[in-house]
Amino acid sequence: MRIAVIGAGVVGSLIARELCKYDVEVLLIEKNLDVGWGVTKANSAILHAGYDDPVGSVRSKFCSAGNSMYTELSRELDFEIKRTGSYVLAFNDEEIAVLHKLLKQGEKNNVPGLELHDRDTILSKEPRVNPEVKMGLWAPTAGITEPWMVAIAAVENALENGLKLFLNEEVVDFERQNGRIVEIVTNRAKHRVDVVINAAGLFADELAKRAGTEFVPLHPRKGEYILLDKKLGSTVSSIIFPTPTEKSKGILVLPTIDGGLLLGPTAEDLPSDRKHDLSTTSQGLEAVKGFVLKLVPGIDFSMVVKTFAGLRPESPQKDFFIRASDSVRNFVNVMAMRSPGLTAAPAIAKYVVEEILQQQLGLKLSLKSDFNPLRKGIKKYAELSVEEWQKAVKENPAAGRMVCFCNEVTEAEIIEAIRRGARTLDGVKFRTRAMFGRCQGGFCMSRILKILERQLGLDASKIVLKSPNSWIVDGKVRE
Amino acid sequence: MKTDVLVIGAGAAGMAAAIAAAKNGLKVIVAERDEVTGGILNQCIHNGFGLHYFKEELTGPEYAERFRERLSEYTDAIQVLTDCHVLKLNRDKKALLVSPRGVFELETKVVIYAAGARERPFGSLMIPGDRPSGIFTAGVAQRLMNIDNRKIGNRALIVGSGDIGMIMARRLTLEGTEVVGVVERLPYPGGLLRNVIQCLKDFDIPLYLSSTVVEVRGKERLEEVVVANVDEHFKPIPGTEKIFKVDTLVLSVGLIPQVEMLDGLVSLDARTRGIACSSTGQSSCEWIFAAGNCTAIFDLVDYVTREGERAGEYASRYVVGERFTRNVPIVPGENVMLTFPNSYSDVDDLTLYVRCRKPMEKAVLKVGSFERVFEDLIPSEMIVVRVPKQKLMGLDRIEVTLAEV
Ligand SMILES: Cc1cc2nc3c(=O)[nH]c(=O)nc-3n(C[C@H](O)[C@H](O)[C@H](O)COP(=O)(O)OP(=O)(O)OC[C@H]3O[C@@H](n4cnc5c(N)ncnc54)[C@H](O)[C@@H]3O)c2cc1C
Ligand SMILES: Cc1cc2nc3c(=O)[nH]c(=O)nc-3n(C[C@H](O)[C@H](O)[C@H](O)COP(=O)(O)OP(=O)(O)OC[C@H]3O[C@@H](n4cnc5c(N)ncnc54)[C@H](O)[C@@H]3O)c2cc1C
Repeated sequence: MRIAVIGAGVVGSLIARELCKYDVEVLLIEKNLDVGWGVTKANSAILHAGYDDPVGSVRSKFCSAGNSMYTELSRELDFEIKRTGSYVLAFNDEEIAVLHKLLKQGEKNNVPGLELHDRDTILSKEPRVNPEVKMGLWAPTAGITEPWMVAIAAVENALENGLKLFLNEEVVDFERQNGRIVEIVTNRAKHRVDVVINAAGLFADELAKRAGTEFVPLHPRKGEYILLDKKLGSTVSSIIFPTPTEKSKGILVLPTIDGGLLLGPTAEDLPSDRKHDLSTTSQGLEAVKGFVLKLVPGIDFSMVVKTFAGLRPESPQKDFFIRASDSVRNFVNVMAMRSPGLTAAPAIAKYVVEEILQQQLGLKLSLKSDFNPLRKGIKKYAELSVEEWQKAVKENPAAGRMVCFCNEVTEAEIIEAIRRGARTLDGVKFRTRAMFGRCQGGFCMSRILKILERQLGLDASKIVLKSPNSWIVDGKVRE
Repeated sequence: MKTDVLVIGAGAAGMAAAIAAAKNGLKVIVAERDEVTGGILNQCIHNGFGLHYFKEELTGPEYAERFRERLSEYTDAIQVLTDCHVLKLNRDKKALLVSPRGVFELETKVVIYAAGARERPFGSLMIPGDRPSGIFTAGVAQRLMNIDNRKIGNRALIVGSGDIGMIMARRLTLEGTEVVGVVERLPYPGGLLRNVIQCLKDFDIPLYLSSTVVEVRGKERLEEVVVANVDEHFKPIPGTEKIFKVDTLVLSVGLIPQVEMLDGLVSLDARTRGIACSSTGQSSCEWIFAAGNCTAIFDLVDYVTREGERAGEYASRYVVGERFTRNVPIVPGENVMLTFPNSYSDVDDLTLYVRCRKPMEKAVLKVGSFERVFEDLIPSEMIVVRVPKQKLMGLDRIEVTLAEV
């Protein structure tokens, strides 16, 4: 049996890994040059506790369940999570009423440990928040992670367990026979398949339409962010939300897993033909700046290192759309993965494989006896003790050559990232955090370009930032 | 390992400091994370270095070479470790050094910190738009072209008309990249008039004053840059946008002293954003001295060298027991953007660096009871004066002012 997953975001990657536990052939097809570069690359990186999804929604079914699975998952796949906890802050009576509603909703959604805290408790834990705060909803299970790393780790582990990964391949069509998909057509090849799982993020509706299945229309909702220097990383120790409105969870202040401070996102609905629009806008960035100062006054904007935008795939129902197609019997849609899709993803992956494929579609899948659930992350030498590091350098001198000074990444880590599949500057960046720090590659980008050149045996002019035409340098200036 | 002096960074400042300390008979270790000594000089292949110090005009690499040779005259006293990054410096005077030859702790009596500066990255400007390839800081562009021998693009726009930006405009032109303009948000060029003529006018490169980049566009490689005029508060004026079709944007918008390694160990100066130093080069932590661009951004390498020598000299005297006690704060006053050093220790005359706040035709510099008239002042050009010790006697605060006349 051949099961193909379309889209190597956090959702598709985790589904693919889940499938690799069984005795089937698994294909993962991704149009980008690397995994985790769709919606998964630019979001708030929060493991939501699960109190703000309406009771009875599909979101509520998977959010707190997915959240609790992350502890085990991060252990197996060796990516970082931090249970920072989160606060929703209320500044007036109306907002306090909303907190009470959220608390009730959270309890119905099986969110553990929710508490209402008074001003003094909040300020003792988070002394930098606006002292005008009146009350806060504390959710201890909320946390943060590195979303693309979840996808990378899942895919690396799946590859160990037999996954066939096709990068830089865009699904453009399907061949049908007797109401089933028999072949996936990409811009480069055709793949015969028995089952298709559509986890194509923002573009899942278009693929579903092509396949002739039911779907919900998706439009992008833009979220703009400002990332600040590590120096400000300890401004808050948990995730600080405003009281949510009908439309969104609002603009937040939160620590990032590598010690920075993240502000955002905005929420701007765009028409469905703007799914590639990841540009930031001056209105958006100004909105973030203005808003966060109400939550945490005194943020120093001279410490900005980067701004970026992400797009949530939003549907009119504002809910996940996860189901086997009625019209095309071997097609499963996992779409409209708006927030909290990252949090929910592990639970969704399990549900798709165990409930949809096995129960609903009746596929007979048998567990492999030799599935290895463990993956090791790239060793971070700067985290070792002096003795251990010294020993590592004796064996591999590259482990003693610092390449990225801001985030303390050695040449050995970059070489390892390339060995694991990085082919681009962003590939190295998202696997190692090199170029992610306060100088944004000012010192190390040119060195990394050379390492890529050497390790891949390619001329530097063939090395790109993130996509086939995102070249960095051209020919030589002197012969 | 043990040493008397650990010099962190072997740019112009670090090399000069090491030599000064060795001349005083101390054992010195210089750690440099690059494969070669010289720091930023190695990538500056234009000339304009050394006019004050050597009384001749050298290129950056030539200037670095001269100091490399001097360093090698002290092989008994100075050990230079290249490809060696100082990762940590602890309160107990132990540093952690990381290199392909090993990871080890080094105990020292004094540190001379000369780690230079880093460039402000594109992201810090909060320019809206896409995030394509083809956006470089000047230093990265310079390194790619001058050291790695790579062409960075075909048509470029430059942001920032400081000397570095203008020099890059000329370099790119000479290397076959068409430069369509230099954008500057100030109403006057940020760098020297000499560079405006030699780097821009001579090559017909337009300079757009009171202008800034308001958006970058390009899904993969950069395609367009939108530039608009700004008002006196640097706010873009709607309706004045111009589109430049370029595949390359080079940013030259300032250097930031590199100080993070000493976080928590020393005080910083709020204006320079560098390590606060006394006129001896001593920081607020008495065994840490600092010099060069990690203290304040200097215009000329000659100044950096002198500051390195000074730090090396006083650090040596500190090692053999001398203490510099009286530190009088130096504070910028009227029309002064920043001053360096940040305090004065009365062991010698004061060499004072001053950056003015705005262009002025003529102004009187006042420091204690010292006064001198300067002409044609611009913020990008530092004033350097030697203020005699006697003029600073008895002060417990030294205010530096520039009164326009
Ligand atoms: C601003 C913002 C903030 C968010 N904050 C959070 C949060 O804090 N916590 C949380 O839990 N969730 C959050 N989310 C939601 C979360 O990011 C998403 O739910 C999740 O990343 C969706 O993953 P995915 O795998 O479905 O999509 P994607 O990551 O987009 O993966 C789909 C993949 O399919 C590929 N693809 C598309 N079309 C094709 C094709 N034709 N052929 C081949 N490949 C194709 C794409 O290139 C992409 O890599 C946020 C989202 C946004 C935008
Ligand atoms: C593009 C450009 C053009 C210039 N043009 C001119 C000109 O025409 N004329 C002129 O006189 N001046 C010019 N200057 C100014 C002058 O070159 C610099 O001010 C001077 O070289 C700075 O010296 P430095 O030693 O302070 O810093 P750097 O040269 O930056 O040296 C710092 C060194 O420290 C090392 N280092 C940092 N941290 C560590 C660590 N933790 N461990 C080990 N090593 C470390 C770095 O690798 C670097 O080699 C120019 C500067 C630039 C950037």
